[in-house]
Order: sequence, then C-alpha cells, then structure tokens
Amino acid sequence: MTNVPVEGIAIPDIAHPEPQNNWRKYFSFSTDHKVIGIQYLVTSFVFFLIGGLLSMVIRAELITPQADLIDRTLYNSMFTMHGTIMIFLWIFPSLVGLANYLVPLMIGARDMAFPRLNAAAFWMVPIFGILLMTSYFLPAGTAQAGWWSYPPVSTQNPTDSIITGEFVWILAVAISGVSSIMGAVNFVTTIVRMRAPGMTFFRMPAYVWTVFSAQIIQLAALPALTAGAIMLLFDAAAGTAFFNPDKGGNPVLFQHFFWFYSHPAVYVMVLPIFGVFSEIFPVYSRKPLFGYKVVAVSSLLITTVSVLVWVHHMYASNTPGWMRMLFMATTMLVAVPTGIKVFAWVATIWKGKLRLDTPMLFCLGALIMFVFAGITGVMLASVPIDIHVNNTYFVVGHFHYIVYGTITMGMFAAIYHWFPKMTGRMYYEGLGKLHFALAFIGVNLNFFPMHPLGLQGMLRRVSSYEPEYAFWNVVASIGAFLLGMSTIPFILNMVGAWVQGKPAPDNPWRAIGLEWLVSSPPPVENFEELPIVVSGPYGYGKSDPLVENAAALKEG
Amino acid sequence: MNLKTIAGIGVYIAILVATSIWVGQQAYGWLPPQASAESMLIDDLFSLFSAIGAFILLGITGLVLYTVFTQSVSRFDTSDGPHMEGNVKLEIFWTAVPLLLVFFLAAYSYQTYQQMAVRGPMDLVHLHHMPGTTPTAYAADLEPEPVEEVEVYAKQWAWSFRYPSAGVVSADLHLPVNKRVRLRMTADEVIHGFYVPAFRLKQDIMPKRTTEFEFTPVREGTYRLNDSQFSGTYFAIMTANVVVESPDSYRQWLASAAAQPAVPAENPAYSEYTNKRLKRFGGWKTIAPAPPPLVNALAEG
Ligand code: HEM
Ligand SMILES: [Cu+2]
Ligand SMILES: [Cu+2]
Repeated sequence: MTNVPVEGIAIPDIAHPEPQNNWRKYFSFSTDHKVIGIQYLVTSFVFFLIGGLLSMVIRAELITPQADLIDRTLYNSMFTMHGTIMIFLWIFPSLVGLANYLVPLMIGARDMAFPRLNAAAFWMVPIFGILLMTSYFLPAGTAQAGWWSYPPVSTQNPTDSIITGEFVWILAVAISGVSSIMGAVNFVTTIVRMRAPGMTFFRMPAYVWTVFSAQIIQLAALPALTAGAIMLLFDAAAGTAFFNPDKGGNPVLFQHFFWFYSHPAVYVMVLPIFGVFSEIFPVYSRKPLFGYKVVAVSSLLITTVSVLVWVHHMYASNTPGWMRMLFMATTMLVAVPTGIKVFAWVATIWKGKLRLDTPMLFCLGALIMFVFAGITGVMLASVPIDIHVNNTYFVVGHFHYIVYGTITMGMFAAIYHWFPKMTGRMYYEGLGKLHFALAFIGVNLNFFPMHPLGLQGMLRRVSSYEPEYAFWNVVASIGAFLLGMSTIPFILNMVGAWVQGKPAPDNPWRAIGLEWLVSSPPPVENFEELPIVVSGPYGYGKSDPLVENAAALKEG
Repeated sequence: MNLKTIAGIGVYIAILVATSIWVGQQAYGWLPPQASAESMLIDDLFSLFSAIGAFILLGITGLVLYTVFTQSVSRFDTSDGPHMEGNVKLEIFWTAVPLLLVFFLAAYSYQTYQQMAVRGPMDLVHLHHMPGTTPTAYAADLEPEPVEEVEVYAKQWAWSFRYPSAGVVSADLHLPVNKRVRLRMTADEVIHGFYVPAFRLKQDIMPKRTTEFEFTPVREGTYRLNDSQFSGTYFAIMTANVVVESPDSYRQWLASAAAQPAVPAENPAYSEYTNKRLKRFGGWKTIAPAPPPLVNALAEG
C-alpha cells in the first residue's frame, strides 16, 4: 500500500508492514494509527492500575494520623511515583492514544503524517515506564521529591552512587518529553496537511480542534521542562550549580522552568477531554453542538492564555507582590473561554432528546465535577486565598476533580463511546452503568473531603497528621477503596465484550462524523476512497449528507 | 416566553441566591480560628468566593438535572432534537458576564492583598502607589510601628526562633498580641515554608537568603506552625508551637528565657531517625537530620 502523499513534506516510501488480523498485531511494531492508538490506551491503562495501587497504599497510610503502615521514605516515594505515573504514564499516553485512533479517521486521512515516527513515539512509553519502575530496586529507592521534583530536595543524595531514583526519574521524564514532541509534530502536521477534500477548519469536529490546540502547547512549552530537567540532572550528577544555593544557584529558577511547561500541560491534558464532551453531548442529545465555532476557537484562546499563568503555582515562593497580582489576573482570565464551553454544553443538552447510555452518564458526571473544579480553581488563583490553601489538601482536591473527575471520567466516556468502532463489538451496558455509579460516588467521597481538610490546614505530602483531621481522612480513604473497586466492572466489561460481545454495527449511536461511515472496526487504510466532505460535523435534526461519496468509503 | 416560565425562572434564581448567601455565611465555619488581622481579610474574601461559586455550581447542576429528568427518552426513540446551532446574543452574554465577574474578583482580591501587606516594606513601595489604594481596614486600629522583629531558622527538620533584642533562641515562636511582627526567615539546606493555619499565612523560606514577612496576631492562644514546602523524609513532623500572649507575659517569658543556658532542642525527626525500632517496610537510606538547634527556651508540650 502507498502512503498518502503530503504536499511539500517528504515521506519515506515505507512499505506498511500489513498487520496480522489478530491480537498479535498489538504486540508488533505496527505503523497503523489505529493499532498504535489501542497500544497507547492499553499500556497507559496498565500504568493507571499500578498508579492506582500506589494511591491505595497512600490512603491506607493516611487512614490513621500516625505514620504506622509504611516507612516515611517509602511513603514519600509512593506519592512521588503515584503522581509521576498518573501524569506521564496514564493521562498523557491515554489521551495521545485516543487522538491517534480518532484524528485521522475524523479528518478523513488514511494514517498520521509520519507513521513510523508515531510508532517510535509509542514504544518509548513502555520503555520509560519500565525504566521508572526499576528504580524501586536502587539502594535509596525511587525518587522521593514529589512529581515536581523541586531542588534542593531533589538533588540531595544519601548514597554514594550517581544512579539514584531521582536520576532515573529525570531520565524518564526527559524521554517522555521526547516522545511527546514527536507526537506533537505528527499531530499538528496531520491536522494541517492531511484533511480530506472539503474538510475545512470550520468543518472539523470540535475534538480535532482541541487536539490541535493541545499539541501546539506541547511544541511551545515542553522544551522548557526538558531544559530544566537536563540542568537538574547536571546539578544532581555532575555538581553544577544552576539551582544549588550553596554555590550561588537559584532553586526558584527551576520552579519557573517546571511550571512554564507544567501549567500549560494541564490544558494539554484537559483540552482533548473538552473535545470528547463536545462530541458526545450532541450524539446523546440528538442536537448540534451549540455555538460550535465559538467552542472551537475558545480552545485556541485557552492555548494562548495558558502560557501566561505559570507563576500562580509559585505565589508563596519569593514572588514579589506585583508579579503575584499580574499572574492572578491572567489566571482568572482562563475562566472565560472555559466558561464559554461549559455554557455551550449545557445549551447543547437543553431541549435535547437525552439517551442516558454509559458514555453520556460519564460526560454528565464529569461536567458537574469540572464546574466544581473550575470554581475552586478561581479561588486558588486569588492570591490571598491561595496564600492560605497553597500546598494543602485543598489543592489536591481541586486538581483531582480535574484529573479524575473530569479527565479520567471523560476518558472512560470516550472509551465506551468509541469501543464499538475500535473493536467491532458492543460493550455491556449494565456493567458500564455500574462502573459509572461506583466511580462517581468514589470520586466525590475520595476528593471532596480534601477541601475541608485543606481549609483547616492539612498539608499535602504529609505521612502523618494531627488527630483533628482524622474524620475527613477516613471518608477519603473509603472513597479511594471504592474508586479502586470501580475499575473491576470496567476491566470485566472491556475484556468480556472484546472477546465475546455482540457484533457492533458501523454506527450504533447514529452519530455524525467520518469515523462512523466506515466499518467497525475500520479497515487498515481507513477509507477506500478519500471522503469528500460537504457539510459541518453536527447536522443533528437536519438531513444534509456529510459527504458526497459515502458509498465509496468502505473497503472490501 | 409566557408568564409561567418567567415566574419559574424567578423562583429558581431566588432559591439560588438565598442558598448562595447561606453558603457564604457557612464558609467562615470551615476555617480555623481567626488569630491574625490578615485572617479576617482572607476569610471575608473566601466567603464571597464561596457564595459566588455556590451560585454557579448549583445553578448549572440544577439546569443539568432538570434536563436529565425531563428530557430523557427511551433507547428506542430515534427522533432528533431541534436543530439549534447557536444564538449570538446568548453567546455574547455568557462571554461578557464571566469576563466582568472575573475582573471584579481580581480587583477585590487585589484590594484585599494590599490591605494585608504581608511582604514587608519592599512590596509596599510598589503596591501603595497603584490606583485604588484603600486604607487597611482591620489593621488600622492596631499599633502601626514599631514592629517586633524575630529571626526564623529552618533546617532539616527543626524550627528555631531568635529574638535579637533579647539574645534569646527558642524552640517555640512567642509573639505579643496586637502588635505587628516582622519575621526575617532563612533556611539551611532546602526550601521550607512558614505556615500557621490560624493566621492563614504562608511564605516559602529560601536557603541562603533572607525572606521578610509581616503580619499581626490578634488572638491569644497556642497555634501550630507547619512546614508547608515539602522538605524531605521527616517533612510531616517539622512543626512548632506559636504562642500569642499578652505583652506582659511575653516580656516575662523573654526575660526568663534570657536567663537560661542554651541546650539542644528536642527533635522528633532526630529521635525517629535514630530509633531503629520504627523502621518499617521500606526503610531506604535517607538524609540524616541536622543536629538539633541550641535553644534557651525549650518547647512547651
Ligand atoms: C478553571 C481553570 C483552572 C484554574 C483557574 C486553576 C488554578 C489553579 C491554581 C491557581 C493552582 C495552584 C494552586 C497552588 O499551587 O496553591 C492550581 C493547581 C493545580 N491545578 Fe489547576 N486550575 C484550573 C484548571 C486546571 C486543570 C484543567 C487542570 C488539569 C488538568 C488543573 C490541574 C492542576 C494541578 C495538577 C495543580 C496542582 C499542581 C501542584 O501543586 O502540584 N487545574 N490550579
Ligand atoms: Cu497552573
Ligand atoms: Cu521543612
């Protein structure tokens, strides 16, 4: 088979190794974006389970005020690895996996612009994941300085060896960065150059807009983290003094490097989930996405503002007052484009014909939890309030409503929604609803108590605490165990349905979008003939055709 | 829109407003006692944010639940909803309202921050020349100058406090009530954070640098000081007491402390480090705690 020629970009003429049509293809170096997408999703889910087990240990330790379950060094490694795994090995790769699967199908392309680069970017994920896990066998154990790894704590080394947990951590994060940049180049090129005839920017599904906006952030901001990580590596291993105050370095400099990327990174994570909401609400309400153009453009606005707010993580560092005020204003501004999206989703379901299937339930739950997180986010942006709750459980509560309540729940919605397309099988609705119920109750039981705890002054990252905080901690721990259990119906559902679920029709939800015009699962090159798009992506309630040549799209 | 719809919307908004005001009042109760002048300012701001937040959260949740309960159809209903693509007026409205709200909240926070003036004279130079300056509401009744000066030392993992005027070093932070205090804070190896929940105040302390920080305690009692910036293995037990007392007992305490010889302070991190019995699963090598500080006044329970 030939590649889709991209004008002006030289693609090496590689022969697609035709993947075998069985489970073995998922263990091979396939260059099919759909296989790679599923490889990302399954790999990241395995790490999600590992990260989840670590969080159970953390919550088990915190069920009593004393540090009586595990040693403090192990505790510190637990929260460090939990955060690192969840961000770099669950959220990022699962989102990239979803985008990998969907973007070429949604824009009418036969593959990503650079299929081999795509596969290489994927294979780096298990490699750095395993690398990170090996640090459990080092004499001083894994990294223990938290997922943000601030020096000088992160450069302190109790052993004589250069190869420490921290060293491995920095290496893993750097490899993750390289993999992400490779992915970002690929996505941006694909979306700009490989859209099917007639697929103008304003005919792209909102999901593609969000992936585009998110990947631009990667290109713009990720180099800062990589630079910071390399400087940290030199400080830790070669005795340089970029961040070492003993030799005149400045530890706050690292914080700038870190947050210059890691704040925008939260939008890299959440934007595609906004895209998922924008796809799912219309389908299950049988109405077009309300204000589609504004919703699409608001993603780019978020991209722009997101690189101007990083200092809100550093209000309590030696940040002068004028800078605190400046970044307070820019941070709060983010509420405007996100507000636009929230109102648009509510208007989309308003007066709709709602079908409460599992994907819709996950999206509705995630929407409410996102609104809650947005409100606590604006509180955190306010300097006087942040001075009190910064580095307390209030912050942990806030961002878990985002990373679990919004992003992870949205990811589950996406997996259920596109599962029939990916596998050609239907999932079990009952198990899906059970999963939603357990997860929704679990998230709220687990993360809501963190807000009162933070307001009362309980700090994050503590391995023991004052007895007065015990009540809400017990509630949170119960929620955490419930949340752990909620993944069991999900696993049963996915494995069971994939093996022996009911065969899925091409378009089980009567959705509109190019991916629903091809068979389930789609053929290797997606489209026999490239689609010719003639209308926008949300024509619910109208009977306009989406493409001119629907009959010719399917292969075989 | 008919009369019934308008009345319905009116009732809904009235309920929302009433509930939000109630939530704003409740918000004070979610916080520790107010032991500093600044805490009152912050709590007022937090109460306002909570009320507005409750209005938005309950408003949107209400709309969503209403739709879910009135608009659900069976899975066999294959009809489409109305083809509504958007509404320019509505979209301008819901862009403009959050924009104005955000400007208002930022301005209000800015004003509160100015009244707090926690970062000492350096910051005031910049901020007090900006437009919209209002005089300090709560701190105004308090003695403005002179301030009480205390040096704060943080190391892995112990606090100590030096009173330069009396030549005293203490393991607890003693402060006279209703008097503005200026801390000069330094750290040894890593970044620590000065945080007293009852004061609502927090400031990172950088190694090898002096960070100035000001506030006014207004309520007698003993409060807890925490380390707020993760500082390694024994981070969780790096705490100290803050004793706010009447000027008389404060002076007495200083005088009696000055008469004491300096001895090593008790140090939970150090005892845990040396107590092998506490080693549990894990037990990796760790940075050893620095020697405990020498203090004239030991911690009081
Ligand atoms: C409405 C938009 C949002 C606002 C205004 C906001 C604001 C903030 C602020 C000011 C902080 C710093 C708190 C502190 O350090 O004391 C914070 C922390 C955090 N936020 Fe958000 N946020 C928003 C949305 C998000 C999103 C979309 C995500 C993630 C996908 C996110 C994830 C986080 C994380 C991970 C932290 C904690 C970082 C750390 O301390 O390690 N936030 N947020
Ligand atoms: Cu941020
Ligand atoms: Cu400390």
